[in-house]
Amino acid sequence: MTIEWQWLSTHTDDLWALSLDHLSTAIPAVLLGLLIALPLAVVAHRIRPLRGVLLGLSNIMFTVPSLALFVILLPITGLTRTTAITGLTIYTLVVLLRNTVEGLDSVPAKVREASLAMGRGRVGTLLKVELPLALPVIMAGVRVASVMTISLVSVASYIGYGGIGQLFTDGFQRNFPTPVIAGVVLTLLLALAADALLVLVQWLCTPWIRKGARA
Amino acid sequence: MQNGKVVSMIRFDSVSKRFPNGTTAVDDLSVEFSEGGITVLVGSSGCGKTTTLRMINRLVDPTAGTITLGGRDVRDLPAARLRRGIGYVIQQAGLFPHRTVLDNIATVPTLLGWGRRKARARAAELLEVVGLPADAGKRYPNQLSGGQQQRVGVARALAADPPVLLMDEPFGAVDPVVRALLQDELIRLQAELRKTIVFVTHDIDEAVRLGDQIAIFRTGGHMVQCAPPAELLARPADDFVAGFLGSERGLKLLSLVTLAGVPYEPVGSVRSTATVKEARDAAAGRWLLVVSPDGGPAGWLDTGALEGLPGTSAVAGLALAPARGLRDSDSLLSALNETVSSPAGVAVRVDAAGVVTGVTGQDVLHARQRSLT
Repeated sequence: MTIEWQWLSTHTDDLWALSLDHLSTAIPAVLLGLLIALPLAVVAHRIRPLRGVLLGLSNIMFTVPSLALFVILLPITGLTRTTAITGLTIYTLVVLLRNTVEGLDSVPAKVREASLAMGRGRVGTLLKVELPLALPVIMAGVRVASVMTISLVSVASYIGYGGIGQLFTDGFQRNFPTPVIAGVVLTLLLALAADALLVLVQWLCTPWIRKGARA
Repeated sequence: MQNGKVVSMIRFDSVSKRFPNGTTAVDDLSVEFSEGGITVLVGSSGCGKTTTLRMINRLVDPTAGTITLGGRDVRDLPAARLRRGIGYVIQQAGLFPHRTVLDNIATVPTLLGWGRRKARARAAELLEVVGLPADAGKRYPNQLSGGQQQRVGVARALAADPPVLLMDEPFGAVDPVVRALLQDELIRLQAELRKTIVFVTHDIDEAVRLGDQIAIFRTGGHMVQCAPPAELLARPADDFVAGFLGSERGLKLLSLVTLAGVPYEPVGSVRSTATVKEARDAAAGRWLLVVSPDGGPAGWLDTGALEGLPGTSAVAGLALAPARGLRDSDSLLSALNETVSSPAGVAVRVDAAGVVTGVTGQDVLHARQRSLT
């Protein structure tokens, strides 16, 4: 298997465009997943009997093969990016929901109680105390979900929104390995870049942890 | 205070709390906590003392009875509004780990809508009140020691100047030395602030030290006795209370009662500038009190040591056994200790200026102790 560097140099614009296309499926999927996971996690955290149901449901959804999922979604949303994003969003839930629930569980009961006892309401306590303290565990979930989604976007090639995944189809069909290798490397780079960015965001958002060492 | 009368700030009327699992945490409690005093709720774990405390700011709602605060049913206000008017301190402080010390203290003022600048200024002021350095304000709670965190907890509770403070084993997680220090600070603060404080602990010594009034709880949520510490120690209601107060109940009582009003008798003494002859003339027994030029006790002189010395030589320079002057504000216990440790077998009394007034013997101290029970 040899790489044709010539092909790479003539296709840099395409590779760049495909990467952007890749991200415009992956990023909305993770954000949407987070938007859905947060309220569900709060419900699962507060109402014990619902916890098993919600977590179980997200696990089951994760086991549905991606191809089957797109087939199910097609009649509803058609051959659109929405279909790709919806499918990927469902997959992110398995990580995001579990981590958000665990993050909320990790908030010390004394701290929650102190907030209520100071006269902060339940919503205020959730937004100002519980979610910020759950942030490290939630962010760990977001990192896993992001890396997972970036690698999963390629499967949406079936419906034409696979981003970098199109390089794989292209390479296989023409029995031409260069685009496939380029696609693998690009996916890897995107995943690493996303992860590094999220680590930085978390570092900036949690000054109390990085200054935590007892002076 | 109303019309100069002590108002019962917090009042429980036949309050009970039964949890859904069937346990009774508090059973038909009727009690009043007076304004401007520290009431300590004490008892072994599971006796309902913490539940009692938490019912005041409605972290727990009673299943029967009413609780009034300053004459008003606590259920009249929305829970959040009620709580903003009640300071709350818990074990290990319960500080918000993600907020700086200053922001932690400013929590309630911010909730009350004081505005950021005013809330922070108040927080900075409180750092000083609780004895923390100003630069601690920028730190996060886990950058502070346990004792410092506890001080922040107290500052946070005081921030909006609430008339009532609830403290749930606030000093339970710090070592005994720091704990004693924090207790002293609380006593000092309370002398200034005169808050109505309800304080939960399982440590009877802490209760005796801090309480103006102590309520003893027994497992099952019964309050057995509620009385000022001296009365409790002198007249425990039953064997349970006596047992809880411990075998050193007598000593604890002596540590609470001061020497004020305990009679003393004149004592023969010489100035430390006197001669040996003057000392011989003044001596009535083996031990003679030597008084320093400022009037305070310098020590006990063994008159036996004067034998063979020329009458004109000075007392100064001779070996003295230590003598400690006790003021009226000192406890009976410290006086008793002095009668045991001083060679003369009596406690030296001094006035507010530290000038020797006389001595008190063990018999007088015992008579005072017996008059208490």
